[in-house]
Amino acid sequence: MARTLITAPSSARRGEVITLRVLLQHPMESGFRVGADGQLLPRDIVRHFSCSYNGERVIAVELFPAIAANPYLEFSALALDSGTLDFVWEGDRGFRHSEQRTISVA
Amino acid sequence: MRAWRCALLALAGLAAMAQPLPDGRRSGFEYMGESTRAMQRDDALNPGMLWVLEGETAWSQPVGAEGRSCASCHGDARRSMRGVAARYPAFDTARQRPIDLRQRIADCRHKLQPQAITAGDAPPALALQAYVAFQSRGLPITPPDDPRLEPARERGRQLFHQRLGQLDLACSDCHDAHAGRRLGGSPIPQAHPTGYPIYRLEWQGLGSLQRRLRACLSGVRAAPFAWGAPEWIELELFLAWRARGMALESPGVRP
Repeated sequence: MARTLITAPSSARRGEVITLRVLLQHPMESGFRVGADGQLLPRDIVRHFSCSYNGERVIAVELFPAIAANPYLEFSALALDSGTLDFVWEGDRGFRHSEQRTISVA
Repeated sequence: MRAWRCALLALAGLAAMAQPLPDGRRSGFEYMGESTRAMQRDDALNPGMLWVLEGETAWSQPVGAEGRSCASCHGDARRSMRGVAARYPAFDTARQRPIDLRQRIADCRHKLQPQAITAGDAPPALALQAYVAFQSRGLPITPPDDPRLEPARERGRQLFHQRLGQLDLACSDCHDAHAGRRLGGSPIPQAHPTGYPIYRLEWQGLGSLQRRLRACLSGVRAAPFAWGAPEWIELELFLAWRARGMALESPGVRP
């Protein structure tokens, strides 16, 4: 179970540009480092992140080994309707984490 | 409107935190680049907050046979733990020696769950430490005025000025004599423990003051003391006294 810090407004005016910020706790082990025993540490990174707003894709991100641990992303969306924001992270070793936030648009 | 005012007040508080004291003491925060400062300043961006949240969960999570949690005795940490981290290390009557916050939490947890917390920077211990320290953010470091701490603090002072390792350097050789100058490409801070536990970019994770001190000791090519050795607490006591009155920034971000 990964820990996340999501900053998203719970309400917005119709047509307003909202800023969404997500921080995920993840080691982002690059696969190039060696452990104390001299063996390569297997790669363990988040490979994909996406955010949907009422089912419509807002952003899709590919992540690579050179990205630091606990990846932080900031992006924006246009507030059109009340509904849910879905955040999904996927990565190595079958890693999958999703979060939801609701937003009411007036 | 109110949220804005709160945000402005918070910013004003942080601005005050970033000012050097009239006696010239400066937090490591002021030696950092603007992007790293921004990372610490903004809770949505500060990765240390992930550990604070973890600690918040652990605080009220029942453990052990009796199913009690930290909250069962201490209640709401936002009130009961306010200012606590600013007072440590403190003298522990049960152990008859000074202990740091990590040891204090470990002892307390041990009563609930005997196998709970191990030595070093074990994840649950570190998260609780981050959560407790977070409750003192913005408060001044106030080492207790306890005469029983005096001998240990004095040993800490000697240790701070003691040359160590193959490089034959004392803490004071860098952090007193050359603070503000550069070692390699990095600025040498004055070594005030204002942000612990810190999220260190080099570690890609959260770590305690003891872990940071270990890194300095191996930096001068000295063999670090064992985890939990009294020397660390003595050094921490001296450092806390040296930084008295400076504001806590936990969880700090450092390069």
